[in-house]
Order: sequence, then structure tokens, then C-alpha cells
Amino acid sequence: MEYEEAKKMIVDGLTKKMKTKTKFYFNDLAKIIDLKPREAKKLINQMIQDGTLEYWSSGSTSLYGLKGAGKQAHAEHED
Amino acid sequence: MKHETPLLDQLESGPWPSFVSDMKQEAERRAKNPDNIEYQIPVDVVEDIMGLLELSYVHGRTHWKHGGIVGVFGYGGGVIGRYCDQPEMFPGVAHFHTMRIAQPGAKFYTTEHLRNLCDLWDRRGSGLTNMHGSTGDIIFLGTTTKQIEEIFFELTHNIGQDLGGSGSNLRTPADCIGQARCEYACYDTQDLCYDLTMEYQDELHRPAFPYKFKFKMDGCPNGCVASIARSDMAFIGTWRDDIKIDQEAVQAYIGGEFVPNAGAHSGRDWGAFDIQKEVIGLCPTECMWMDGKELKIDNKECNRCMHCINVMPRALRIGDDRGLSVLVGGKAPILDGAQLCTLIVPFVKAESPYTEIKENIIEPIWDWWMEEGKNRERLGELMKRQGMQKLLEVTGLEPDVRMVQEPRTNPYIFWKEEEVEGGWDRDINEFRKYHQR
Repeated sequence: MEYEEAKKMIVDGLTKKMKTKTKFYFNDLAKIIDLKPREAKKLINQMIQDGTLEYWSSGSTSLYGLKGAGKQAHAEHED
Repeated sequence: MKHETPLLDQLESGPWPSFVSDMKQEAERRAKNPDNIEYQIPVDVVEDIMGLLELSYVHGRTHWKHGGIVGVFGYGGGVIGRYCDQPEMFPGVAHFHTMRIAQPGAKFYTTEHLRNLCDLWDRRGSGLTNMHGSTGDIIFLGTTTKQIEEIFFELTHNIGQDLGGSGSNLRTPADCIGQARCEYACYDTQDLCYDLTMEYQDELHRPAFPYKFKFKMDGCPNGCVASIARSDMAFIGTWRDDIKIDQEAVQAYIGGEFVPNAGAHSGRDWGAFDIQKEVIGLCPTECMWMDGKELKIDNKECNRCMHCINVMPRALRIGDDRGLSVLVGGKAPILDGAQLCTLIVPFVKAESPYTEIKENIIEPIWDWWMEEGKNRERLGELMKRQGMQKLLEVTGLEPDVRMVQEPRTNPYIFWKEEEVEGGWDRDINEFRKYHQR
């Protein structure tokens, strides 16, 4: 799968769900682009690098979200 | 102190050294600043954390907002965001992020290295640390968002130190002191630990697992790192030949010339050493006996409990054909309570570059867990859900009697057609020759 195609699928997929949640498990993203985890990881890492996605971590669990999505960035003045 | 803390003060009255005393000491030191440190975060951060903690005790509720988007560029782990929900009252801890620093192998470091880490943390953080966290990392407690990249730069460029793992990552692998100082170590734990850390950098820093994953290395079955209980994949040193016996030294223990347990229990008088009572009688598999003046061991019955070797280290030594056992799926609070690792590889040679361990064990198991594991499901839970049989299938390991903890724990083994000679088809006439309708 081409990177741009995957990126569009992820952005569209996460934007669609934005009303109900803004943070997603890695497997949720892999399902959106319908790839096995290891292949999906390469593309998703690239989306982190180019600033499309950002990590969120509780310390024990990691989640992914569209950069700036959700309340926390603004509430904590991180944006 | 900036805030009254009567409830915290009470904690200092117990018999044990209190973290409250430590925090007060650090708060005072920061206020006086005898070393003229150019503090990059509020000087009164420690006083504010004490104030916040006191308020939490008064309210019986936390005032932390845990978790966040903060981190260093490209890393999904190593930084855990934390914010306070009373920033006006306690501005020093409005941001109080944790940083996990990868501990050096077996936690060996020079005092200079330790001093460098602490100097950095005094300047750019709260000065409070947790040495060490339960995964083994050096935990830096409390800094602001602006300092995170600065700390990472200094750590990696000046101190030669990386961040550790957190979140749904491979966590910082942890090992025992190994062959550096221990004669029981059956393999070089520090070499394996370092090798896996370097090989799996991507897994350590970029989270794509269903949940956390821990490697731990114990050099021998004494298990000083408790890898069997604390990791998803434990590497425990073992040997497959015979325990080496020095019969003269055995007699020296019996005669009282050598103290048992290398003198570890010498605090009181336990009476004369009794090899029958203290060693042979305590062997869990009853594989030892005295034949006249000779100690004998039926090595094929030995289950590596290590007791005899621990009691008489000058007389008994680990064998020469050494390697490790691989066990998987451990961790405390799991579905049905604490779960120890399950043995999947009784013996493998531990030789660099560890290709067999990586390609035949670690990576197939990760592939399975990454595809089949539910969100926040540890490997041990997946093993319980899909079964040992599935684990053997994905790794291609042959079932082995040593994988059975005890007979008849799981009689429900389902054969597949290709595993049964002749498949599911049978000659009914041949069958009827021996079985009436």
C-alpha cells in the first residue's frame, strides 16, 4: 500500500470517529488500513514522523490520535 | 516549608526511613542551592509536590491527571505525562512528567555516571528519582514539557544514555549481574540483555504491541531477577550435563571446615552442619545420597532447585554444558491472579548473535501476539485464551514432557486431521472386525 493512500484512509477513518473518541489503539489503525501489524507499523510510524498522528501514553498503554485532536493538548497548553 | 503537611509529617514517625524526610531534605537543598545550580523548573517543585500530596490525603482523592501526549520526537515511550488539577495552588507541579531512563545492564554504573544523571536531573527536573522502578529503569520524577527534549539531548549526547520503554512497548530488558560477579551464571546475561535491547530498538521506542512486553534474564535458576514471575519472556540459565562435585570440599563442609551458604546465615548458632538434614533431606526430587564418604547425585532427576549448590558452593558447581531455558507468559495480576511463566524451550545454547532465540522464539511469538492479542492483553493472557497448543503451533516447537507442569492439568487436547495417521477416514469393515455394533 502506498503511504499517501494509507494516510488518507487513517485520517478519514479517525476523523469520522472524532465525535465519539480521539485516541485509538494501534490495532484499530491497522484494521483501518487492513494490514498486518508489522506492515502497518512502518506506515503508522511515518505518520508520526510527519506530524499526522501523535502518541498518547498513560505509562502502561499507548494510544494514537490525529495531532492536536481531543481536549488535552489545549487544556494543558501543549498546543 | 511552603505548605503545612501534618499528615505527611505523621508518616515520618514510623520505624522505617520515610520518603517524606527525603523530600523535605531535597526541598531545603533546592531552596538554599549551595551548588548554585541554574534551576530550569520551579525551585519550589518539591514543596509543591508535598503540598499536593497532603491535599490528596485530606480529600482522599488524587489531584493528578495522569497520561499525556508529551514525549521526545519519534519516541512513543520513555516519557509519561502528568499534570496537576490544582495548578494555581501548586504551580511548581502544574507539569510533573516522569521520564524513564534505561538502566545500564545489571544496574552497573560508575559513580561518575550516576553523578552526571543526578546533576542533569537537579538542573532540569525536580531532583526526585526512583532508583529503580519495577522494570528496572531509573525513574526521573517530575519535569516540565519544555525540558523533555533538552533532557533527552543531554542524556543521549553527553551521558550516553537512552530512554527506557513505557506504554505498549518492549520495556527496558532487565538482567541479573550474571558472569560479571556470579559463579552460578550459566550464560552472559548482560550480553544477551544488551543484544536484545539493541536489536529491538524499534519495539522499545515505537509502540505497536497490544500491551507491554518484558524480557528478563536470570543467569541461573536462583532467579535473582525473578524473571519467571515478572516478565513475559524469561531467560533462565541452566546446564544439561552433571553438577560438578568436589568430594574433598563436601567433606570439608561436613567437618565444619567450610561454613554452609558461604556464611550467609551466620548471625546465630544453628549447630553443626548436618548434610543429611540441610541438603540431602531437602532435595525436592530426592536425587542425592551419601555412598560412604561420597556424595552422589542422580543428575537426570535434578530439577535445578539450586539448594545444594547454594548451601555448598565450594563443593558443588553448575555443569559445563551451559545455556538457558526460555519461559513465557508470566506476570502478576493476570486474569486468574498471578501467573508464572510457562516453559517452552528447556535448553538452548546462549551464544551471540542469539539468532535461534530471536528468529525461532521471540519473533514468531510477537507476530502471533500482535495479530491475535486483544488490546491490553498480555502474552500470558493470550496463551490462556488460545492455549498452549496454539503457542506451540506458531513457534513450531515440538511438545516436550518438560513443558507439562503436572499431569492431567489439561486433558482437552484437540488433534488435527493432519496429525493423525490416516486422517479422519477409516475402514469401517476393518473396524467392525474388532468392535461389534
